[in-house]
Amino acid sequence: MATVALAQRRGPTRWHLYASAILISLFILIPIYLIAVAAFTPRSVLNGFPKPIVPVAISTDTMQAFLATRGVGQSVINSLIVGALTLVLSLLLGAPAGYALARFSFRGRDSFQLLILITRAFPIVILAVPLTVTFIDWGLYDTLLAVALVHTALALPTTVLITASIFISVPVDLEEAALTLGCTPVGAFTRVAMPLALPGLAAACIFTFVLSWNEVFAAVILTVSNRTLPAQVLSSLGDSPLPFRFAGGFALILPALIFIFFIRRYLFNMWGRVVR
Amino acid sequence: MVMPTAPTEQVAAQPPAAPVARRARRRQRNTVPYLLLAPTVLFLAVFFAWPMVQALILAFQDSSGQWSLAPVERMVNDLRFTESVRNTLVFAAVVIPLQTVLALAMALLLMSNLRGAGAFLYLWAIPLGISDLASGVVWLSIFTDRGYINSVLNALGLSDSGYPFLSYENPLSLFVCAAIAEVWRATSIVMVVLLSGLQVIPKDYGEAAEVFGATAWQRFTKVTLPLLRPSLQVALILRTILAFQVFAVVIALAGRQLPVLAEEAYQFYYTIRSPNTAAAYALLIMVLSLGFTVVYLRLLRVRDAELGRG
Repeated sequence: MATVALAQRRGPTRWHLYASAILISLFILIPIYLIAVAAFTPRSVLNGFPKPIVPVAISTDTMQAFLATRGVGQSVINSLIVGALTLVLSLLLGAPAGYALARFSFRGRDSFQLLILITRAFPIVILAVPLTVTFIDWGLYDTLLAVALVHTALALPTTVLITASIFISVPVDLEEAALTLGCTPVGAFTRVAMPLALPGLAAACIFTFVLSWNEVFAAVILTVSNRTLPAQVLSSLGDSPLPFRFAGGFALILPALIFIFFIRRYLFNMWGRVVR
Repeated sequence: MVMPTAPTEQVAAQPPAAPVARRARRRQRNTVPYLLLAPTVLFLAVFFAWPMVQALILAFQDSSGQWSLAPVERMVNDLRFTESVRNTLVFAAVVIPLQTVLALAMALLLMSNLRGAGAFLYLWAIPLGISDLASGVVWLSIFTDRGYINSVLNALGLSDSGYPFLSYENPLSLFVCAAIAEVWRATSIVMVVLLSGLQVIPKDYGEAAEVFGATAWQRFTKVTLPLLRPSLQVALILRTILAFQVFAVVIALAGRQLPVLAEEAYQFYYTIRSPNTAAAYALLIMVLSLGFTVVYLRLLRVRDAELGRG
């Protein structure tokens, strides 16, 4: 490639580029490696100093002790429930809107897109503070549903944008073909557009789940006894020993490592505007 | 706002000979998008617009529900108020430029035909899934008194007992540690936004500039950066709003020693049990976020002619 040759001559050399890429990778990976080592090192070794950088005695004691701590197991379950609720709610609400943006031109389309963009210019999580008053009135305070509702508000704009970009990539011709062959509009959607959009929708779901799994401010403000995992870890930070915190940190990171791997293809659909 | 009614002139513009059934279907088609949007709009009205109004109300009421400036006064007169405003702003001012430059470098690296770019992209995207709390705990294992950095310093014979990075006696190192944790966690999102921006810049522009003898640096500053402005705008707005909510990473690393706005909101709500003052803090964060969004929109105004369509 001519451009590559020119880049070599004028810009930094290939060697420099690789060296920087590897340095950045190390900056990102080393802390993850270290927390994993900490989480799987027995407490006796963790309390020593200097700590070994390589795993000398792998054991699941620290993780087991963390998971056996009162409230932790339940908080993991709570996090899963909140994540699932958020995912279902935001998909049920957001996917139709995304489909509308992708398939119809209508008056108010631009205003709606603007509304969606504006919501992202607000610190939605902070709105958990005034929402507590509403939730107390509604009898929803300290419930998992309350946390899921705030997480849905947080995820919804992104869900709309992702689903819109997914449905844009599903050719409208196929749906029209189904219509001419006698499908109802709903049938054309469920039997043609939906299956094609499924992988993208799955990615959107995973993204929403991770967002909910990670959110801590609203979770800790809106609950007292029904803690999610991050809320549980945060509220016990002050009075828990370091091994407990390290194990908590690792437990929080683990799903992220797995999920990002599955959605890496869709990372780019998730930010920016819908382009038609 | 979205008008819930179908635009009628389109129906009226149909030729009069059109069969009635077809006209009915057309009208139905026109209401469909609004029906599809309605759930989202309603939900955002209840859980986004209404809490905003409520924050405003709560911040200007006393605990008995009477209109009052007490919550705002209590916030402003709090001993930790000035410090938390300063910390939040300085934190954003330090972290965001670092993240932007690093993210831009990462995005450009990924665009430079490196072999294994896919693997690098995956690795660099991992922090997207990591929460600020987890990031705080991860870096706690590194910076704590008997943590990994001090273990390495000890092993190298540089320090016997290690340096107290996270002690309240070293506010600067405390701040730097929190900043590193935040750069580590939240640079990925900036990178992804900028990368998707870089990908839509037509290659011809850079090549044309090259033909006219532009150096790599000139191509970057005169072609790439101006065309990247919309993405920069999105990334900066996103990051700044998140930076004003910074919370768990600071608590995990510094406890109560590095007050920031969101942490004060949490403390006033949870420990001090004053939802009104907490709402005043929430309102302040909201006003700051909006103010900076407007500033970014003005500073990085995107003119249509610059988008290459002119």
